Amino acid sequence: MSSEKIDVRYVAKLARIALTDEEVERFGAQLGDLLEHVNALGALDTSAVPATAQVVESRNVERPDTVVPCLSRETVMAQAPQRQGAFFRVPRIIAEG
Amino acid sequence: MERSLIERTAAEIARGVNRGEHSAAEAVDAALARVGDVEERVGAFLTVLSDDARNRACAIDERVRAGERLPLAGVPLAVKDNMCVTGTRTTCGSRILERWTAPYTATAVRRLEDAGAIVIGKTNLDEFAMGSSCENSALGVTRNPYDLSRVPGGSSGGSAAAVAGYEAAIGVGSDTGGSIREPGAFCNVIGFKPTYGRVSRYGLIAFASSLDQIGPLTRTVEDAALVYDAMAGYDPMDSTSIDRPVEPTAKGLLESLSGLKVGIVRQFDTRELGDDVDEVYDRAYHDLEALGAELHDVSLPTADYGLATYYLIAPAECSSNLARFDGVRYGSRVEAADVQAMYENTRAAGFGPEVKRRILIGTYALSSGYYDAYYVRAQKARTLIARDFEAAFAEVDLIACPAASSPAFTFNAKSDPYSMYMMDYYTIPMSLAGLPALSVPCGWVTPPGGALPLPMGLQFAAPLFSEKLLLGAAHAYESATKHALKHKPEVGARG
Repeated sequence: MSSEKIDVRYVAKLARIALTDEEVERFGAQLGDLLEHVNALGALDTSAVPATAQVVESRNVERPDTVVPCLSRETVMAQAPQRQGAFFRVPRIIAEG
Repeated sequence: MERSLIERTAAEIARGVNRGEHSAAEAVDAALARVGDVEERVGAFLTVLSDDARNRACAIDERVRAGERLPLAGVPLAVKDNMCVTGTRTTCGSRILERWTAPYTATAVRRLEDAGAIVIGKTNLDEFAMGSSCENSALGVTRNPYDLSRVPGGSSGGSAAAVAGYEAAIGVGSDTGGSIREPGAFCNVIGFKPTYGRVSRYGLIAFASSLDQIGPLTRTVEDAALVYDAMAGYDPMDSTSIDRPVEPTAKGLLESLSGLKVGIVRQFDTRELGDDVDEVYDRAYHDLEALGAELHDVSLPTADYGLATYYLIAPAECSSNLARFDGVRYGSRVEAADVQAMYENTRAAGFGPEVKRRILIGTYALSSGYYDAYYVRAQKARTLIARDFEAAFAEVDLIACPAASSPAFTFNAKSDPYSMYMMDYYTIPMSLAGLPALSVPCGWVTPPGGALPLPMGLQFAAPLFSEKLLLGAAHAYESATKHALKHKPEVGARG
């Protein structure tokens, strides 16, 4: 397990959250503290242990490929922060030129 | 003296409505009047649905008059505000969903409505169910009805407080690492987390999908069983819900623990509990024996790693689930010139500090270079914890241990995040193993300098799908000890 310091700004960028300098400082210290606690897992020998993603029996779920009722488009679009007709409107993503 | 409608259990209310002794409308009016009386002090609800509830009550009364008999007829229900109810604001206690209205109803809530229960409001919670005190809610403060200077626990603290304060007969919450059991213990009510997958998560806004489970908060074990029986079962809308028959639990609850082997976990670190609290649990174990249970020491060697395992897996899943709140399709948005800044500013303004911390730790644990060292290692530790329980349940029928690391604490007492995480030390291992577990009132402690006695909860855990045994044993313990009835809430039973 790594004991290096978290690059909070980089992680926040990955998580798409803008942080203030004060938050970078505070979260950095708190996350470092938490990592020290979770590093305790290093004491467990897990070399021959399979990972558990889901505890209870799980299986692939299929259903017939048929049309079933769902929410109307108007219902879904009604709470969009910004819309244009049948589309969600967002700031420009692809740069010009 | 006959107990008022607000003091009656769900079983009693449903019986009264089905027999025509009183109407669902009267039960709902009594609950809403109580909400009017105490809500200013308790603050259990984020939204009260007076008109909807009255209309639904009239509809239930008509069905009963037409000859229908419903297991939860006219029972006032408080729903944690991370579950969708059609046409109702559903906030998760977060700024980002403060003005979002659910376009559909969660399966668990719909099944309770089908059984005759009436949603009277949506209750406060730690933002996105992340916390153990309700203090992480961005939208309101909830106080513990047994001592208004203390927290109700969390994250399902609003539902626990509503039930404890006689504002609703029953509540539903969600439990990811203890979020039903710990507030249950803090508020002198039953907090029951069923086996993972037993209750559909459809319409429950996801926090950590491999752990989240909906369950009841009630004043009696019988009521918890009635709520569970109405909610449980396969739902095609949740592919992780379990497709196998549900054994009904409410009929024939045990009256004795005779012949049951109960495991006491010795590895658990009880140093934090303090002498008074230790004494309560020692007496509880003794009472189990007096009721006919055989006590055995059981070994869960890796349970002590539960907290570390959980604080990698739950944040990892949360960072992925909460990626959907990006200001594009629903929720609030902070405008910006480019889409990247819009995402970042929306999430900066919309999420509170605890949610940000968990998203950050989860993102880190899943990021390139750290995935195997943190996330995969935690998943392997999870396997070891589940195996420990399997081995223990080869020896015993049930496990008994504390439900929380302390009784209800005062506001702002846990400013360091890790000290708050420690509250769920006893509940997290069961969550990681997917086991059914509940908290049942087991005694009272009066903290130094505190005038009011505070309730404590005993946790029972059982093997997967053993809800019938779990609720049965809790019922036998509850009927013999009646700890919940020893004190009344600070807000009183009569307003």
